[in-house]
Amino acid sequence: MIKSLSTDATLANAGLSAEEQDLFSNARPTAYEPYSIKAVEDFANWCRANSLWILAFGTGCGAIELRPLMTARFDANRIGVAGRPTPRQASVFIIGGYSSVKTLKRIVRSYEQMQGPKFVIALGICPVNGGMYWDSYNTIKRLDQYIPVDLYITGCMPRPEVLVAGALELKKMIKEGRCDGANRYVENFDWYKANQKKVIKKWDMPDYNW
Amino acid sequence: MDIDWFQKIGNFGLTLLIVTVYGLFMGAFIERIIAKVQGRVGIPYTQPIINILQTLTRRTAISHGIMFYLGPVFRIAGGVGTLAFVPVIFGSETFSNFSGAGDLMLVIYFMFFGQLGMALGAGESGHPYAAIGIARGLSQMTAYEVPFALSVIAIVLQYDTLSITEIVAAQQGGWQHWTLFTNPIAVAAAMLAFLGMTGYSPFDIFLAPQEIPIGPPTEFHSAYLSLLQTNRALFGATKLVLFMNLFFGGATGWVELAIKTWAIYMVAIAVGVAFPRFRIDQSIRFFFKIPTLIGIASIVYVQMALVR
Repeated sequence: MIKSLSTDATLANAGLSAEEQDLFSNARPTAYEPYSIKAVEDFANWCRANSLWILAFGTGCGAIELRPLMTARFDANRIGVAGRPTPRQASVFIIGGYSSVKTLKRIVRSYEQMQGPKFVIALGICPVNGGMYWDSYNTIKRLDQYIPVDLYITGCMPRPEVLVAGALELKKMIKEGRCDGANRYVENFDWYKANQKKVIKKWDMPDYNW
Repeated sequence: MDIDWFQKIGNFGLTLLIVTVYGLFMGAFIERIIAKVQGRVGIPYTQPIINILQTLTRRTAISHGIMFYLGPVFRIAGGVGTLAFVPVIFGSETFSNFSGAGDLMLVIYFMFFGQLGMALGAGESGHPYAAIGIARGLSQMTAYEVPFALSVIAIVLQYDTLSITEIVAAQQGGWQHWTLFTNPIAVAAAMLAFLGMTGYSPFDIFLAPQEIPIGPPTEFHSAYLSLLQTNRALFGATKLVLFMNLFFGGATGWVELAIKTWAIYMVAIAVGVAFPRFRIDQSIRFFFKIPTLIGIASIVYVQMALVR
């Protein structure tokens, strides 16, 4: 079923200095298959859909639209959305608008530290095609070349209502089992890494930050 | 082994289940009350249970070492151990757990066992925020422990026993026999310590989600986190039952227990939604000043007025 396309077993971690080599694992990520019993997997997906933990990491200008989500007017807690301050515990990563190359480095590190299954929402037009930054020298154009994206919410800037609608749509997708971004990342690991290294010139971090 | 022991363990399992589920639902109920204060609707009642299942069904988990595994295990062992020696329903054979002579000392030990285990586990995760959270949490624990211990000493002197069941028995026969009315000074000290124990504002500096991403559990995820979440509900409810037993006359039925524990919890919530957060030095200074003095006063009061 799901296999890693690459054949070599370890990562080079060439960006790390000699004394840092021992601090990080050089194991490649592995894909995870769903539970073998369909009812169990459906139930797990239902739980994942009804408890969306958003990583509280604002990248770009769209992060300002995340704050009202938790306040009295929109109250995303009603539909099971909650903020989580650490990538280890979060399950949803909202890329809030444009992503500069400097931010992309942090996005990749945070995304890889999240525990699967993990979902990515790209907010605004910028992660789709660059938006108003389409000719910027330090902003990436298409986010899904660097990390797998499950859902796009387009607009500039999308209002919090759209974010709530997006969260409901993501819930529907998770319940149907259509959100397997973590496995796509593993299957096409070398392609994603090559794309990331093409834009991040100073690669002073391990190849995979589990 | 005696058949009686199997029955006791079975009864304890039942109590454990009821108290955990009760703690989870009460957590959601309290969250909804806080949400109402903020003008929101709040989480669904089942949200804490769904959260636990969500973390439990994560597909990946990583480890930082043996102590990292054992941290949540110690934490939940502290919660289960505390409940094991607290009689939940007074006069009920089924729900009195392993309560016996001297269980009060054991319970006070168990309440802090979990936190120390968690400190070791979070320490091995190697995250600096976890270390900061642990340092703050243990300092605050040391501080609120002083008024709580003084208050417990006062009621031990007052009732002349170390058995929680006997302390509850001495408070039966009407509200005027509750410790709340026979020894209000000790209850005041203990309730101030209780504010620190629950970890709500103004004493939530050790979690501090905005500054040090949730402190000690920063690196805990997946199944580790589901253990911690379960313990949070279980341990929270157990502490409430203990306070109810020591200071508010215990409970003879589940409805009485629900009403009393909810009312005790609301003290911490009412303070929490009204006051901003203390820094750790302010928090420690607070506990070492007024609550400690009230605790000493309660012992003096017991010695002068109640013990003959």
